[in-house]
Amino acid sequence: MTDPKADGGTTEMQVFQGNEASALGGLAGGVTFFAGYPITPSSEIAEMMSQALPLAGGRFIQMEDEIASIAAIIGASLAGSKTMTATSGPGFSLMQENLGFAAIAEIPITIVNVQRAGPSTGLPTQPAQMDIQQTRWGTHGDHSIIALAPSTVLECFTMTIDCVNLAERFRTPTVLLMDEVIGHMRETVVLPRPGSYEIVERRAPDPGTEDYCPFDCDEVAPLASFGSEHRFHVTGLTHDKRGFPTMVADEVDRKIRRIVDKIEDAADDLADYEEFMTEDADVLLFAYGSTARVAKSSVRALRGEGVKAGLLRAKTIWPFSTKRLRELAGDLRLIVVPEMNLGQLVLEVERGVCGEVPVRHLGRVDGHLFEPDDITGFVLKEAGR
Amino acid sequence: MSEAIENARTFLRPSKKLPTVWCGGCGLGILMSAMTRALARLGVEKNDVAVVSGIGCTGRLPTYVDFNTLHTTHGRGLAFATGVKLARPKLTVIAAMGDGDALAIGGNHFIHACRRNIDMTAIVANNHIYGMTGGQYSPTTPHGKRGTTAPYGNVEHDFDVAALAAGAGATFVARSSVYHAQELDRLIEKAVLHKGFSVVEAVSNCYTSYGRLNKHASPVDMLRWMKENSVPVGKAETMEPWELEGKFTRGVIVERELPEFIEAYDDLAERLTTSPSAVERVKSILKSFDETAERLNAKAE
Ligand code: SF4
Repeated sequence: MTDPKADGGTTEMQVFQGNEASALGGLAGGVTFFAGYPITPSSEIAEMMSQALPLAGGRFIQMEDEIASIAAIIGASLAGSKTMTATSGPGFSLMQENLGFAAIAEIPITIVNVQRAGPSTGLPTQPAQMDIQQTRWGTHGDHSIIALAPSTVLECFTMTIDCVNLAERFRTPTVLLMDEVIGHMRETVVLPRPGSYEIVERRAPDPGTEDYCPFDCDEVAPLASFGSEHRFHVTGLTHDKRGFPTMVADEVDRKIRRIVDKIEDAADDLADYEEFMTEDADVLLFAYGSTARVAKSSVRALRGEGVKAGLLRAKTIWPFSTKRLRELAGDLRLIVVPEMNLGQLVLEVERGVCGEVPVRHLGRVDGHLFEPDDITGFVLKEAGR
Repeated sequence: MSEAIENARTFLRPSKKLPTVWCGGCGLGILMSAMTRALARLGVEKNDVAVVSGIGCTGRLPTYVDFNTLHTTHGRGLAFATGVKLARPKLTVIAAMGDGDALAIGGNHFIHACRRNIDMTAIVANNHIYGMTGGQYSPTTPHGKRGTTAPYGNVEHDFDVAALAAGAGATFVARSSVYHAQELDRLIEKAVLHKGFSVVEAVSNCYTSYGRLNKHASPVDMLRWMKENSVPVGKAETMEPWELEGKFTRGVIVERELPEFIEAYDDLAERLTTSPSAVERVKSILKSFDETAERLNAKAE
C-alpha cells in the first residue's frame, strides 16, 4: 500500500478536505477519465475532477445518473483509461447493477463512496458506515471486491491511489469507503511526491499475441484495450476464456470461482492495519474510518482507567482478513467493535475469532460521530468495571 | 457479388459463434448485415470499430461481428459507449439496441446521448415488443396491439422513436426498415459518417413474439406490412396527415450541424491550458503535482 512517508520526499504542507485529497489521489494514481453525478456529500470530488482533468490531458463528463456514470467509466476503462467515479449511498445503490458487470467482466474501475446515513435519502449531510456489507454483497451473484477505508485526509489521497492500483492489478472494481466526516474534514497534510509511490500500470497482452484470451484461467489475465490490435468480446453473461457466452458447467464454475478466489486468496496479503497499544492489550477495539479516530482517544482514556486497551484499525475492509485478529485473540478477553451502523463489519470479526473471545458491538445511527466517552463508557461496562 | 458485400462477410466472426440465437425469419439478421455492409463501404478497420449493446435479442448482435464488442446491461449500452468513445475518440462507436432496451429501461440514457452530441451512432431495432422475454408490450407497441402483458390490447401509447430522438436533440436521425435493406445500409453509412450523435431507427419484425400475437401470418407478411405501410420522407411531405395514419416515414429525418462534444471539450481544454488565469487556478489545486504543473507551465509559455 502507498506509504505516505516514502523516500521520494514530500510536498509542502497544505490544507485539504478529504474529498479533495481523494480527487488528487485519483489524478496521482493516473486516472484520466471521470464520470459522475452530483450527490452530497461527494460532489466536491466531481467538481475538482471537472476542473483538473481537461488541464491534465484527461476528460470529465457528468452523466444523467449514477447508473450511467459507472457504465461510462467501465467503457472508458475498456478503452484503456484508468477511471474513477464518486458517489454516496443512493448513488452507490444505483451503481450496484454495473458494479456486478465490472466484477464479472473483470474491468478495473474505482468507486469512491462517501458514506452518508441511510437507508434511502437518509441524512445526506451526516456520516455513517452503513454501506459496509452493501459494498461486499450489494450486487447480485457471487463475486468479490476490494474496499479500503481511510481515517485521515492523507489516507484519502494514498488510498485512492491504492484503489486505482489494486483495480488494475486484480482487474476488479475497487471501492474507497469514506464517510461524510472524512470527506468534508480539513486537515493539514504533506502529500508524498509523485515518483515516491508505486503506480500500477495495466498489464496488456504482448504485442503480436495470437489467440489472445482476455479471461484466461488461473490468474488475472492481461487486459487489452479496445482500439488496440486485440479485438475481443465482453459480456455480462457468464463467459469462456475468450469472452464468449458459455453455459458449459465446468467453464461457468471455473469463471465464478476465479473472480472470487483471485481476491479472497489475497486477503492476508492485502490486509492493512494500524495498531495502537496492542502489544499488551487484553481489550481490543476494532474500528475503521472516522470511528477509529475516536476509538484511539478511547484507548488512551481506558489506559488511564487501568484497562489494558488497544486498537486494531482496519484499513482494508474487503477482502476481510482474519489473520491478525486470530493472532491477537489468544491474549484478549474482550473485543469491542464500534461502528456507525447497527452491526456490519462486526459480523466478520465474530467469524474471525470463532467464539474464542466475546465480541460486543456498539452502534450509532443518529448521524453523529461517536464521542470518546461513548466508547470508553461502553468498554468499561462490558469489561465489568 | 459486390466487393462491399464480400468485405462485409469478413466482419462476421468465425463460424463458431454462428448460427445466431435469433429465430428463423427474424429481422435482426437483415439489420446486422446492413450494418456490416455499411461499415464495409466505409472501409473501416476492424480494430477501429466498437459495437456496444444492451440486453435483449438485439443485445446479442455484438457477439457475431468481429470488432471490439461489448454486450452490457439492460438499457445501458449508450452509457458504456459514451465512456468508450471519450476514452478513445478514434474508435467508430455503434450502439445497437432494441426498442425496450433503448427506450424503456434505457430511455434516460437515450435522450441524454441525443442531447450531448457525441460522435457515435445508435441503431434502434424497433420490433414493437420485448422479443427475448417472450412478447411483453414495449414503449413502441402501438395502442391496441397485443403483447403477453397486454393480452386484451395495449392501453398505452407508443413512442415515435425518430421524433423522440429529434426532440431530444440528435443531430442526425433516419429511419428505414429491414424490408428496405439496401436503404437501411445507406442510412447507417450516412449516420456513421455524420459528425455528431446519429440515430437510425430500423423497423424490424419479431414474428415469434409480436407477429403471432397480432395476427401476422408469417415473417414475410410482416415484411410486406413494412413495404405497404411506409412512405419516403419526401413523399410524406406532400401527403395529408390522415393519409399517413398508421404509416411510418423512411429516409433522413434530421440532419444538422452542432459542435461535437469531444471536439468542443478538447477545444476548451486547449484554450484553458493557454489561459494563465485558468492554469493558475488549477495549479493552485494541483500544486503538489510537479508533473502536471510542469505540463501546464510548458503549455502556458
Ligand atoms: S424473439 Fe423476435 S426479435 Fe427475438 S430473435 Fe425471435 S423473432 Fe427476433
